[in-house]
Order: sequence, then C-alpha cells, then structure tokens
Amino acid sequence: MSSSTSPINDAVWHPVCKVDEIPQSGGRTVNAGDLSIALFRLTDDSVKAIENRCPHKNGPLVEGVISGGDVLCPLHNWRVNLDSGEVAAPESGCVKRFPVKVEDGQVFLNL
Amino acid sequence: MAKKKLVMIGNGMAGVRAIEEILKANPDMFDITIFGAEKYPNYNRIMLSPVLAGDTTIEDIILNDEQWYEDNGITLHMGKRIKEIQRGYKKVVAEDGTVAEYDNLIIATGSDPFIIPVPGHDKEGVMAFRDIEDCDKMFAAAKKYKKAAVIGGGLLGLEAAKGLLNLGMEATVIHDQATLMNMQLDSVAGEMLRADLEEQGMHFKVSTLTTEVTGDKRVSGLKFKDGSSLDCDLLVMAVGIRPNMALAKDCGIHCNRGIVVNDYMQTVTDPSVYSVGECAEHRGIAYGLVAPLFEQAKVLAYQITGQGLKAYQGSVVSTKLKVSGVDVFSAGDFMSTPGADVLELMDKVGGVYKKLVLEDDKIKGVVMFGDTADGPTFFQWMQDGKDVSEQRSSLLFSASGLGDSGHSGIDLVSEMSDETIVCGCNGVSKKDVVDAIVTQGLTTRKEITACTKAAGSCGGCAGLVDQLLASTLGTAFVESDHEPICGCTDLNHEQVKEQIKNKKMTMVREVMNVLDWKGEGCQVCRPAINYYIGMIWPEDSEDDRTSRIANEKMHANIQKDGTYSVIPRVYGGDTDADTLIRMGQVAKKYDIKTIKITGGQRIGLYGVKKDDLAAVWSDLDMPCGYAYGKALRTVKTCVGSEWCRFGTQDSTSLGIHLEKELDRIWFPAKVKLAVSGCPRNCAEATIKDFGIIGVDGGWEIQTGGNGGVHVVATEMLCLVETAQEVEEIAKAYLQHYRETGRHNERCAKWQKRLGLESIKALVVDDIESRKALVTRLNIYLAGQARDPWLERIADDAALPTKKVFNEYRTIEIKEIN
Repeated sequence: MSSSTSPINDAVWHPVCKVDEIPQSGGRTVNAGDLSIALFRLTDDSVKAIENRCPHKNGPLVEGVISGGDVLCPLHNWRVNLDSGEVAAPESGCVKRFPVKVEDGQVFLNL
Repeated sequence: MAKKKLVMIGNGMAGVRAIEEILKANPDMFDITIFGAEKYPNYNRIMLSPVLAGDTTIEDIILNDEQWYEDNGITLHMGKRIKEIQRGYKKVVAEDGTVAEYDNLIIATGSDPFIIPVPGHDKEGVMAFRDIEDCDKMFAAAKKYKKAAVIGGGLLGLEAAKGLLNLGMEATVIHDQATLMNMQLDSVAGEMLRADLEEQGMHFKVSTLTTEVTGDKRVSGLKFKDGSSLDCDLLVMAVGIRPNMALAKDCGIHCNRGIVVNDYMQTVTDPSVYSVGECAEHRGIAYGLVAPLFEQAKVLAYQITGQGLKAYQGSVVSTKLKVSGVDVFSAGDFMSTPGADVLELMDKVGGVYKKLVLEDDKIKGVVMFGDTADGPTFFQWMQDGKDVSEQRSSLLFSASGLGDSGHSGIDLVSEMSDETIVCGCNGVSKKDVVDAIVTQGLTTRKEITACTKAAGSCGGCAGLVDQLLASTLGTAFVESDHEPICGCTDLNHEQVKEQIKNKKMTMVREVMNVLDWKGEGCQVCRPAINYYIGMIWPEDSEDDRTSRIANEKMHANIQKDGTYSVIPRVYGGDTDADTLIRMGQVAKKYDIKTIKITGGQRIGLYGVKKDDLAAVWSDLDMPCGYAYGKALRTVKTCVGSEWCRFGTQDSTSLGIHLEKELDRIWFPAKVKLAVSGCPRNCAEATIKDFGIIGVDGGWEIQTGGNGGVHVVATEMLCLVETAQEVEEIAKAYLQHYRETGRHNERCAKWQKRLGLESIKALVVDDIESRKALVTRLNIYLAGQARDPWLERIADDAALPTKKVFNEYRTIEIKEIN
C-alpha cells in the first residue's frame, strides 16, 4: 500500500519560503485554500511536504517531533513516514505527499 | 561486503528464536544454515502434551513452517545429525557427509531424555516422551496394547500418563519419591494432585524404585526393589532431561552440566561459538523453561549482530502449570522446616490449598493448588522482598483483592474475562495482550506496547500488562531497573546524565553523536537529553526547541482539534477584578469559545488558534502558567487563617510566595504543590508532589503524593516552624528531584525509588547539603528560567527590524489553479 502523490505538473510549482525559514528538525504550516500542508526540514536540510493531518484524529503533524525520516503526531504519537506517507505499525493509514523542490535555497511546492 | 556464515546445530525453540531475533536486528548480516536432527521444522515442544491428549494436532504446534525458512533465505537441513565440529577449520560435518563452514556457530542441541540404565531398558516398547516421534509411537502403541507404565512422577510423566489414559490405555505412574512432582510441590499439594488424578483413573506406585524391565523381545512387565512387580506392554521413561553436549565436548569446548557460556551466551572456550537453550549452562544453571531460554536468545542475537553489550543475568523461575486440568503454582523455597513461619489455607471440598513460607515478614516460598490466581503477585513480592506483615491476616484469601486500580500492579488478571479492557487509553483487551504474547512470543512489556499499544499512553495499566505477561508465560520476569531510555540507545537515564556531566556536552545532537545513538532520536529520548543538559549546565546551554514535544515547543496545550489552550498563572489561585475583566475581554476579542476554571485553581482559555497565541498572551499580560509542561503547575491553596474560622496558618500567602519562587523551572515531570491552612486539608496537600499543611505553631511537610492514574498518598517528610524553612526545604527537595529524577518520572515514583529516608537526610537533616541544593536551584533560576510567553512576544516585536522570519506563522498560497 502506498499513499497517493499528486502528479508533478511543471506549471504549478509554488514558491513558499526559503529553506532557512524552516527551523532545522522543525516544520512550517502552508495553507492553500482548504488544504493544510506540513513542510519539514530534516537534519540533512532536505525538505518534505505532507498533508498536515494525521489519519488517526486529524492531529496537526507539523507540530510533531521529527525522528529520522518520520514525524510523530503531537496528539497520540502516531509515526508517519515523510517519504512514503505511511503510518508505522501497529497503526495503519497514510497521508498525502506533495512534491517539493529546492532551488538556490528557495522551496517550491507542487500542488 | 560478503555476508558472514552462521551455522546452527539444532532446530528447536530456543535456537530458532535466536535466529528470529538476529533476523530482526539485521536481516542481511548472515548466510544462515540450520541442521536439525528431527524431520520436522521448529515446533512448540511445550504443546506435546496437548497433542498426545488429543487437544491439538502436530500441524497446529509447528512454529516455523518450511516456507518461513525459505522466505528468510535460511538453508535448512532437516533430519541431518551433525557428527563432528571441526573448530580448527571452522566447519561442521553431518553424518551423511554434508559439510558447512561457519564464521559463527550456534550450538542449540537442546537436551536428551534420560533413560534409566536398568536391565532390560533397551527392550522394544520402552521409550521416552520428548518429541513428535515419541507421540507417534504412543499413538501407535495405544492401538495394539492396553497396559502402560510411566516411570517418573514429574510434570512430563504425569502428562504422558494422562495422554495414554486419554488414548484408552491403563496407566500406572511409578515414582521414586513419596510426593508427586516433588520438585514443584510439597507433600500436601502432591497428595491432593494424586487424589485428583486417581479420580481421573490414573494408578500410582510411589516410593518405588524400578530394578528391572522384564519380557522377551518386548517389555512385558517391571520388577521393583520391594519385590513386587507390574505387568505392562508399554513403558515410558520420563525421569528428566540431560543437556545434549556431546558435540561440544568432543571438540574441546568446556562443558560442565551443560555447555558453559558467559553472560553473552558465548562458549567460554571459543568466542565464535555460541550456545543457547537447554544445552547451555549459564552461571551453573541449565534452564528447562521457555521464558529464560527466550531471554537468552535475545541476548545472543544482540551480541552476535554487534549491537553492543547486553548481559544475560540469569532468571529466577517459578512454575505455574496446568497438570491434567489442575492448576498448580510454586516458587522459591517452599519446603518449610520445623519452626518456620508458615501460612496455610486448606479447603478440601473446594480442592484449594495455599501455603506461604515467610521469613522476617517476607515471602520465601509459595505453593498453590487449585487456585493459583495470586501466584504471580506472590512471586513478584518474593522477588521484591516486600514486607507483607500488614497483609498477613488476609494474604491467603486473596492478595489480588487488595486493589484493582493497577496500583503496585496487583490485580486479578487471571480471573479477568478475555474481553476485559486492560488498556483504557488504546482499547486493548486482555485477549489482545495474551494473544500477542503467545503468537509473537513476547517477553517484555516494551514489546507488548510496540505490538498492541497497551501501556503505551498513560502507562496506568503497566502493572496489569506485567501481570498478564507473568501469568501467560508461566514464569515471572522482572522489569529491569536498568532499562535503556528508549530503543535509540542502550544507555539508561543515569548513564546519559553521567556522560553529559563528564564530557561537558551542551547540545542534544552532540550527546546523540558522542554516545552512538541509533538514528536521530525520538520523542522519548530527545526531550530527556534536552532536559538533562539544561539541568546539568544551566549557564552554558541553550534549550533545543526541536527536542521538545508540541506543547512545550508552543508553550500551550495542543487540543484535539489542533487549537491550543492558554492557561496563565493565577498565583495561589488568588486573583482580582481587573485581571478577570481583562481575561474576559481577551476571550471576546479572539473569539475564544470555552473559558473554564481548571482543576488547579486557575482559568483556562480553550480553542485559541495557533496564529493568535502570541497576541493573546500579549493582551493578557499575565505570566505563562506552564500548564502544558514538565514544570511547576499550580500551588493549590485554601483561604487559610485570613478568612477561615478554623485556619491556623496563612496558607494563601505561603502558596503565592512558593509559586512565584518556583515558577519558570523545568522538572523531570510536572510538579504540583498545595498548601492547606489547617489539618482539615482543604487544599488536598496529601496527594501532591509537595504538600504543606499548617498546624498549630508550624507546618507539616508531606511529599511524594500523586492524584491521577496511580493514587499515592504523601509521606511525612518533616515538621518545621517557619514559612522560610518551608521554602528552603521545598527548593532543596525539588532541586534534588531535578538532579536525580529520571525524565518523565513523577515525584511519587522517584521518592519510592530513592526512599524517603535518603531524601530526608539530604534535604532536611544535613543543613549544608540543603543549602547547596538551594544554591544550585538559584543558579538555574538566574540563568535559564525565563517566561516563555514574554520571550516570544519580544521576539515577535523584534521581527520587522531584525528582518527575521517568524517560524510560527502559517504560509499562505493564494493562487491555486
């Protein structure tokens, strides 16, 4: 089982912020219409984007503790993988992922 | 890099468990080859008796089918007996000539049944009861023959006799001792068991030594030492097992009663050769029960995959068995000598017998027959060395009846129905836990939590889970005091603190790097390290925000809908009209839905949006209440002598003063205080971390209490005369807690761990050490302690001029196609 990723559409890369504007091992919230997206900067400065909503009780994942390539939901510690979008056992579920690219320190989000 | 070659001799439960643990730790490290003498894959040997009794089938007790070996890339040689280990060439040779080379070898040859070498023991129809083949032989024999004899009145012998009885044979058990199962039962329980089994149709000859097996080719009878004899056409010998160590011995590996191994399950002779299971002798003991063997398997896997040092300390075992439908339990030294302190309960009609052997008010041994529900509890108390003098009069009726809130882990787990919810937070039933233990072969609470989530949230059911583990495994286990902080490290809290101090480490990442953390840490270890750094190096470290959980990062409590609650300080629960008006205005301005008086005598605003937090704090103009963190929560007070006609002391003023003095400090866990003005104790000081009760002419200090999940009443620390002494002792006590408490360990647990007397010595009796503790707390207060709301407000105000981004702000994307 793998979660869905939006197909990449070159026309819709949205500039969101600079990499430096996301705290390391931390996150920023990006709102696009009704959609809330969690943007994370990992220890290796890579940037990941997933839907800001835990499949369990809709917890805001952006506030979670980052552990390796996972984020732990602040409400009940569900562990969500930032690459696959999948929730770690014994729970199950997945969140939507969004393509991210970084050019000269500028983060773009494909929606 | 080429994989290392791992060969295992033996394909039984302990060995295969070790392989499973190795695969779990590092699936790609070894090319694995297993030799098994039997022609079956790994099966559950404990379940042979039910197979014989017809309750289950051989297929049902296979633990790892052939597909499992294939899926894991394991080369399995079934039915191939190894004849020689050539340590010089690092290879093993099977009887059929198959050769396998190894880098590491595991000898898991288990044990052989012991056959008494009486004349005639090699006749046809004489057999042991040890493996599937033996079961098959018995099935076949039952079709042709009628009279069975079993030598050995231990568990295995009785199970074999019961099975043969079920197969329609007559069964007589011959035992050389007067008492059945004399290793596990005393004479009274042994007699009760015998009466029960006789009723089921079993015959017995006790205190009888067999001298000869008679018959031509096949056994036809037995002769005994007392001159009597018995006719039989099937003879099962079940007199014990012997570690199977011939292979090891032949290649020069040191053997005693078994293959001698060190604490890492390596043979003492050759570190590349390991041994595990019934064939291994650790610190003089060769175990025959499953739980210790699984523990050994873990340690072996840990060592062989190079994860570090984890020592096997040996296991204390108890026996909880169902012998042919009868429950028996025993542990410790239960054979009472004359004059010993013994408690006994005998219910002949109900078939219940319990005996406790005490020494200095502590349990030394226990035997139970019929009703074994309290067995695990007694066993735990025996290991803890718990003083049972207070329960003495009711002990035998039901230890479990003492409480069911999970306090001290005492409960009637064995009598709970399968559907009973054990973990209320995660909705995990007793059946879920037991199934997980059985099917996944779990041996620790941590594993159960990882698998089922039970005890993963509030932890209130940890005691219950431990009990389920103990009662399911049939042997006790002890949650070690030296558990690592979490799965990311092998070090425990004390070791990490020590290293932070000795190496003067001031950054979370640095600690994880230097101490060889696995990965980047998790929500358990990172906040702990961050706390320890701030506590040990208050003047030289900065708080690491990314190592804080959401609440402590945002300085507000995250609610279930992702909004936050804002709870400012109301020192001592004492407020005024202007403050209340201002709070009301803020609530209106920011459309705050719920305003609630909290349990801690203050006012909470619920439903504040994340982007409004700083503005709400700024408009409130009140100090942060730390209602979200591991910090001082509230100091609850009664109105005291200022208004109350019973009041003997001014509790409100002292409460306000203490809350101001102890504000802005991070602790290992949350801390709650209360000050009552008289012994009526309206502020409920006796369930607080630090409680103060005004008495005529002074203050009584009560510590280590807790409300919430585990209700614990405080213990009396001391009696002092002045409010100034109260303040000094409060600071010393709490600083001592800050320094020696483990992250996430509440005062109550900490006080129990350290002991009230040792704490008292440092914070009350020794004035020098008390002052030193207060000084250290003051250094921290001067350095790190700042109001986080004010900091954030100041940061936000500085943003435009400093041209710094605001990481709290939500980014909006307007144009969406």
